[in-house]
Amino acid sequence: MTIAHDDIRTVSPAEPEVTTMSMAAALNRALADAIESDPDVVVFGEDVGALGGVFRITDGLTARFGEDRCFDTPLAESGIVGTAVGMAMNGMRPVVEMQFDAFALPAFEQVVSHVAKLGNRTRGGMRMPLVIRIPFGGGIGGVEHHCDSSEAYYAHTPGLTVVSPSTPQDAYSLLRAAIAFPDPVIFLEPKKLYWTKGEVDTSVVAEIGTARIAREGRDVTLLAYGAAVPLALEAAETAATEGRSVQVVDVRSLSPFDDATVTGAVRSTGRAVVIAEAPGYASVASEIQARVFERCFEYLAAPVRRVTGFDVPFAPPKLEHWYLPDVDRVLDAIDSLHWDEDA
Amino acid sequence: MLHDDLLPRDTAVNLIGEDGSVIADERYPLPDTDVLLRAYRGLVEGRRINDQAGALVRQGRLAVYPSSHGQEACQVGASMVLGDTDWLFPTYRDSVAVIARGVDPADALVLLKGDWHSGYDVRAHRVAPQTTPLATQLLHAVGFAQAAKHRGEDTVVVALCGDGATSEGDFHEAMNFAAVFHVPVVFFVQNNEFAISVPLSRQTAAPSLAHKAIGYGMPGQRVDGNDVAAVLAVLGDAVAHARSGGGPSLIEAHTYRMQAHTNADDDTRYRERAEVQAWAARDPLLRLRAHLRDAGVLDDDTEAQFAAGAEKIAEAMRAALNTDTDLDPEDLFRFVTQTRSPQLEEQWALLRGEIERASATDPSLTSPTPTGGHR
Repeated sequence: MTIAHDDIRTVSPAEPEVTTMSMAAALNRALADAIESDPDVVVFGEDVGALGGVFRITDGLTARFGEDRCFDTPLAESGIVGTAVGMAMNGMRPVVEMQFDAFALPAFEQVVSHVAKLGNRTRGGMRMPLVIRIPFGGGIGGVEHHCDSSEAYYAHTPGLTVVSPSTPQDAYSLLRAAIAFPDPVIFLEPKKLYWTKGEVDTSVVAEIGTARIAREGRDVTLLAYGAAVPLALEAAETAATEGRSVQVVDVRSLSPFDDATVTGAVRSTGRAVVIAEAPGYASVASEIQARVFERCFEYLAAPVRRVTGFDVPFAPPKLEHWYLPDVDRVLDAIDSLHWDEDA
Repeated sequence: MLHDDLLPRDTAVNLIGEDGSVIADERYPLPDTDVLLRAYRGLVEGRRINDQAGALVRQGRLAVYPSSHGQEACQVGASMVLGDTDWLFPTYRDSVAVIARGVDPADALVLLKGDWHSGYDVRAHRVAPQTTPLATQLLHAVGFAQAAKHRGEDTVVVALCGDGATSEGDFHEAMNFAAVFHVPVVFFVQNNEFAISVPLSRQTAAPSLAHKAIGYGMPGQRVDGNDVAAVLAVLGDAVAHARSGGGPSLIEAHTYRMQAHTNADDDTRYRERAEVQAWAARDPLLRLRAHLRDAGVLDDDTEAQFAAGAEKIAEAMRAALNTDTDLDPEDLFRFVTQTRSPQLEEQWALLRGEIERASATDPSLTSPTPTGGHR
């Protein structure tokens, strides 16, 4: 079987340029650089044109590159993803925006039945090099259906690659990598972090499928992704003042999962806590916990704990601070890890 | 008055009557005789393919076959109006259209045989994989055409679906996207009166399915789906309209599924035999045959030649489907993604171990090593 379109590409890194910018600006820069370097890349969705997206991630793209490269669609998520499938079949690299996580659900059939399966159904004859960007998670005081964490649905679906950045640098490099990737990528943007700033080097190339050690530590490993990473770092900072050396791993790639990095990290400390915002039952956090147990059991001094959202629909704005995992909840979990010296 | 040009006719376009006589139409000229003769050969082959596939189901060689017996004029017509650069987006019931487009019958039936989900080279034939979920492929067709338009390619996409699919949300989104973005797509609905057991009256209260088009701002037309001349004329006109930059259109063919939905369905529960028999009199083959016979262009020799050609196809189908394919279990992992994850490598190692242990006790089992021919 021949593949007519060249769907294996490498990221051509932009000129080395180091700037401090927000995650939103980093994502915008990544989209602009991808559009500029690859004529097959098109960006579309709801309000991504003149408005620049409700979070302004696509700000200025239509003005700069024209309607051919960044355009508004009718308000229809299945239509957005379904037409992206057809474009990918015909050799293009669509990057689509789902406005909020729960708004992506009308497109779920297209994602699960076609985006994830077309390469397999056609035995490699048709690939789906498309990226579905979804703002995910809470912490912004959003009303219902605006703050869900749907990563487990996607990570559970064979054929999908699911990633989430937690820094502006990763936002830039991971999105560039996702757009160049030959398989479909669900790109989860932690909306709470859109306005956090950090250094971005546009020449850094990310590799999909790898976790990142976000902080070194000897006593316990915190495993987190998305908006839970800064939380883990904050908890680690506080724990350090109490005399505990806490390591933080940014899982970053939810599927495929970087077992090697995570296993090595947990074995080096012998204790682990998984932190995620989504409801914990049957979640990505559960999967990480299970994998760590399977691979690290004989190295563990205590059961692997999870700190997650409750198994309830996402909280209304005035209650979300009770719902979301916070530093105290993480520190309590760390304290529960059978510290012999406390005995 | 408003947008009269977008409205379909009150009755379906019909160029050859049930007795084979020609019905003059000021908008749609009768296709040339050689085209009709080619279409007739396609109908004969399509009918034979349907019959053969049905027999293979009864012999347990195909897991299932959704027959298009009675709908061959739609299937053959959809394939014949396509040019070399055009694409067909078919459903599970459109195997005859797929085969008419040049796909080997054995490859087209892989899905139904159970060997794999799609068995032909989609790019070589410019035929998208046959789709089982309803109406989802209509959006793919729109996106595909949008990409072609973006690049300035001379491609028209014909997307097929049935009457049941018009109730799905994706049908609406596909029509709307196609019209808003003005892309070269022709939506061809084969209204065969039933979605498994549920009649058209439970799918829509619209005057016809073609009438839906005006709501999206595209032309709609109704055609007698058992009259291949009319299908070729109306569909050909829509394809030409799309190719010249005129945008999408919606064509509804009025036809009838003469057999059950699949072998798993009992159609005596939901329709009268008298109704089925009434449609037999409108058979697309008999009608075109009568016309070509009357016109003196179809003689016994040509008929025998067409029948022999169809028999050869059926013979090849039997031979291919009576042979068990040597399936490679690694294919389960090979095509999921282009880069195989460490997790899938581990799972393949597990399965490979199981296969090796099983082959040690029963050497007749499939060899775990790839049989070649793969990347």
